[in-house]
Amino acid sequence: MTDTLEVVQSKTTTKLNKKESYPVKKMLIICSKGKLEDVYAALVMANGALMEGIEAKMFFTFFGLEALTKKYADNLHTGTTGNPALMHGVPDMIKGLPGFESLASYMMRKEMDKLEIPHVTEFFQMIEAGGGEIYACRLAADMFHLKKEDFVPEVKDIITVGDMYALAEGQGTQIIFI
Amino acid sequence: METILSAPLLATNEEGYLKNYTEWTEEWACAIAAEHNIDLTAKHWEVLQWLRAKQAEGVALSLRKVGNSGIVDIKQLYALFPGGPLKISSKIAGIPKPASCI
Repeated sequence: MTDTLEVVQSKTTTKLNKKESYPVKKMLIICSKGKLEDVYAALVMANGALMEGIEAKMFFTFFGLEALTKKYADNLHTGTTGNPALMHGVPDMIKGLPGFESLASYMMRKEMDKLEIPHVTEFFQMIEAGGGEIYACRLAADMFHLKKEDFVPEVKDIITVGDMYALAEGQGTQIIFI
Repeated sequence: METILSAPLLATNEEGYLKNYTEWTEEWACAIAAEHNIDLTAKHWEVLQWLRAKQAEGVALSLRKVGNSGIVDIKQLYALFPGGPLKISSKIAGIPKPASCI
């Protein structure tokens, strides 16, 4: 038992002593949700990667596609029910009243404006300017009857899951699923 | 402009950002730019001076603000300072590393 422990310890120490670094080179961020906070998490991470000199690709699928549509990109909503962290202590029945979601989303966007957080369409422009690439999922686009012309111009293409994995090609790539 | 490879000795933090931005000199900027394989052009200097002016005003900088500066757009900033537009430009401009997520 002690022997095994020593082996484990020595192995760990060697690992720690090695000062090689393996920096992240590329981020593939998959966004499958259309809620304001989920889409922003994806956008901030993609843009943040580019600012650090890390390559960034984005793949939007299922409800995430709503963020790409010209119609809703700058009018995304936050979900008010089933989220205890939103207005802690207020019951879902109240948070589910008509208009509540719009009001909460409006207030959230107002707070974001105060912090000078760009709107979704501007964020897409920033990501494209930084060399980032934005893609939509073929299967989800077919399902929701969405075409390239429904999307913001920064959407490079509508691609399959296989194409998406090709985007992650190379050492030092990390994939995040939201 | 001639690139001077040895940076004048100035106090920096562990990441190489100047501790006191008023000590900044053009020679220092050239040397740090050279470390990042950047040859400073007139456009670079314009951005650096703008960054320094904003620092003096106490404005918290973000990529978006530089993009709206009227000097460069975001795409041009990425082209001028590849590998970290805001980080590297701030370092060369001798101002602290921007604590911005955007």
